[in-house]
Amino acid sequence: MSVAATPAPAQASAAVATLKHARYIIGENPVTGVAFGIFVLLALAALIGPFIVPFDPLASDTAAALNSPSAKHWFGTDQLGRDIFSRVVVATRLDLGIAIFSVALVFALGGLSGVAAGYFGGWTDRVVGRLADTIMAFPLFVLAMGIVAALGNTVTNIVIATAIINFPLYARVARAEANIRRDAGFVQAARLCGNSEMRILLGHILPNIMPIMMVQMSLTMGYAILNAAGLSFIGLGVRPPTPEWGIMVAEGAAFIVSGEWWIAFFPGVTLMLAVFCFNLLGDGLRDIVDPQRRT
Amino acid sequence: MTAALPLLDVRNLTVEFATRRGIVTAVEQISIAVAKGETLGIVGESGSGKSVTSYAVMRILDRAGKIANGTVSFSGIDIRGMKEDEVRDLRGREMSMIFQNPRAALNPIRKVGKQIEDVLIRHVQAAPSDAREKAIEILRQVRIARPEERYHAYPFELSGGMCQRIVIALALACRPQLLIADEPTTGLDVTTQKAVMDLVVELTRERGMSTILITHDLGLAATYCDRVVVMEKGKVVETADSAIIFKSPLHPYTQKLMRATPRPNATLRGLLPEGEALPNPIPAPPANDDAAMLLKVENLVKEYPRQGATTSVFSLFKPKAPAADATFRAVDGISFEVRRGESVGLVGESGCGKSTTSMMVMRLLDPTSGRILFNGEDIGGTKAKDFAGLPQRRRIQMVFQDPTDSLNPRFTAVRAIADPLLRMGGLKGGAAIRARCEELARRVGLPVDLLDRFPHQLSGGQKARVGIARAIALDPELVILDEPTAALDVSVQAVVLNLLQDLKVSLGMSYLFVSHDLYVVRMLCDRVIVMKSGRIVEEGPTERVLAAPEAEYTRELLSAIPHPPV
Repeated sequence: MSVAATPAPAQASAAVATLKHARYIIGENPVTGVAFGIFVLLALAALIGPFIVPFDPLASDTAAALNSPSAKHWFGTDQLGRDIFSRVVVATRLDLGIAIFSVALVFALGGLSGVAAGYFGGWTDRVVGRLADTIMAFPLFVLAMGIVAALGNTVTNIVIATAIINFPLYARVARAEANIRRDAGFVQAARLCGNSEMRILLGHILPNIMPIMMVQMSLTMGYAILNAAGLSFIGLGVRPPTPEWGIMVAEGAAFIVSGEWWIAFFPGVTLMLAVFCFNLLGDGLRDIVDPQRRT
Repeated sequence: MTAALPLLDVRNLTVEFATRRGIVTAVEQISIAVAKGETLGIVGESGSGKSVTSYAVMRILDRAGKIANGTVSFSGIDIRGMKEDEVRDLRGREMSMIFQNPRAALNPIRKVGKQIEDVLIRHVQAAPSDAREKAIEILRQVRIARPEERYHAYPFELSGGMCQRIVIALALACRPQLLIADEPTTGLDVTTQKAVMDLVVELTRERGMSTILITHDLGLAATYCDRVVVMEKGKVVETADSAIIFKSPLHPYTQKLMRATPRPNATLRGLLPEGEALPNPIPAPPANDDAAMLLKVENLVKEYPRQGATTSVFSLFKPKAPAADATFRAVDGISFEVRRGESVGLVGESGCGKSTTSMMVMRLLDPTSGRILFNGEDIGGTKAKDFAGLPQRRRIQMVFQDPTDSLNPRFTAVRAIADPLLRMGGLKGGAAIRARCEELARRVGLPVDLLDRFPHQLSGGQKARVGIARAIALDPELVILDEPTAALDVSVQAVVLNLLQDLKVSLGMSYLFVSHDLYVVRMLCDRVIVMKSGRIVEEGPTERVLAAPEAEYTRELLSAIPHPPV
């Protein structure tokens, strides 16, 4: 009767289809594959890092201070003789944790208020819009410094500060995406089906803007890691001797002039790889979560 | 076919697209010739390869597509072998194209006069000094009133028909020899369509140009083309003079298309291919004389603020309050009624207020004043956003115009159909809902194994069925059909219209059918209401209105619809 669609078997389980699709995306775009590989390494380091590292990241050994990279100490040792490799691996959990929690928080705050602003318009839109404008009016890193300084020097406050400075990005993207869909046919159809406005917002519009929000989350993950490390670098947030990439770079910076480059170099490279990985992952992720790309 | 050497000669053209699933052949071994001064129609349904053929001729295929085989020669020059910059010179000067959506084809932030100048200067038809004069002259030629003023207009300030005239002006600015018009009037009203097509034909005749008219509308091709090529699935199935092809189509596909095209004297069942015609004739609708009133609309008005007259905090800073005439009446005090079991057609051109009316009846939009009585109760008083909570919600449902847009892209078909059941159906348990969805799918003729697909994995006709299944899921009493077949091919339209009619009879629903196509309305509706500028100009039994229209406007609408010779 009607024109036949794609011959794909409808019965094929969704999980298999998703895996196949992911494999196709990675095959088409090897850079995403590389980024995904780095992500797996980082995730492993965050989950089991503290149990597999060769040395206690906090144990100092003044006899072995400032050793250059060797078979025993792969990344060398710092001024207190702590093993840099162990410290870099152990720090992954803290740095990723800060990034994940702050991105989750900003998604909940910025994403939801942005969707509401775009869908309802009117006063909701004005309040959310002006809030975002206010935050954007400050140099963001300085604002983050101010928030941490005012709220207190703790990891929780770094998470909050990172979430606040990312708020405008989320609110604006979500607002724009929700706004173009507020009068779409499927939204009106949802109204006819007896959905309440809140259910339309959360059940119909939000899932449709998830692909773009996923990209946004992946990109801000990198930025959140950088921000957390930056705050620690200038002495806010995480305090020594806790292993953290930003602090390690800060501590090592003083030794670069005297030739002990490895103290700052390895945490710095890891930081760079992590940010790089999340930025690249953003693109690949969008292709995987978007059903439109799945034929 | 008098000319010895055709202007455009396409031989054994094959176009292939590289996709994830391998090579897809969009056009296979087609041969088409266009003589000088001839108007050739390429007719086919979506996916027939008619647009791809024209892209191949213009060498504007996207990166994935390539001409795999065959030759394209334009007045003896081989286009396939030409370098890109040579083709670019040919495009616009020797052959031009008009696209489907005129607004999208124009630069939104550049004055239309300037856009015409750009083309003239690019192809050295005018110097910067006299470009303005020539542009205004061209605007005059495409019958734009007050061309000196309109030279300064931006595309958004012009209507759809005017924009299409500008696009035609752009295409004809350099006096090309070949014009390719790809669905030039889809999305335009019938009267505008007639004006635009008459203009194209007149201009091309007077200049001795050749035209290729690509369309899905057999009526349009029959009215304006000398010769017609019918394409199906990338192949040419029939080529003949248009006078002959519509009298005695030879190929079964052409015959099927002919049958499916709505025309005067056609019946709903007659649209279907002979083999598929359903055995039972449609029972006559119940006598409506004493049937209960289902919907009664009284003096319905919808006003919108005119441009700039917004109300917000910022209006405090404006010099003065908006004047009294700052409102625009989209619907201007209309009254009508729909009886139980009746189908009423609401007809008019875009901007006549028919969609606004249906949105108000559907309670998606709040009326400015007037009453909407449903089963004797005034439902117009409840705010649209609160209406979802009322018991009447399930009694009034709608089938939307665009089946793609009206389905949530992240919901499978079964989830879309289940949505009203979950919210208002009172059914408990996933199994019960699934069973009801499958029953509805069978009812609308949607294969049950397609239920787990996403909208983008379904064809247009299948998506339309999902939309219909969703609308009838709660056994509504009134269903508003907002041009439910406007986005579908004619053969699919024929099937969907028959389905709607069968459902109406078996479920005892009433329809308010919103459409611009009087012939479609004729087959489905008992009564018809013709609207213009927010008012009702004519109302009456469908047969009477179409056979002996009283209002001038109805006559104008009827005469503008192109149809193949009966």
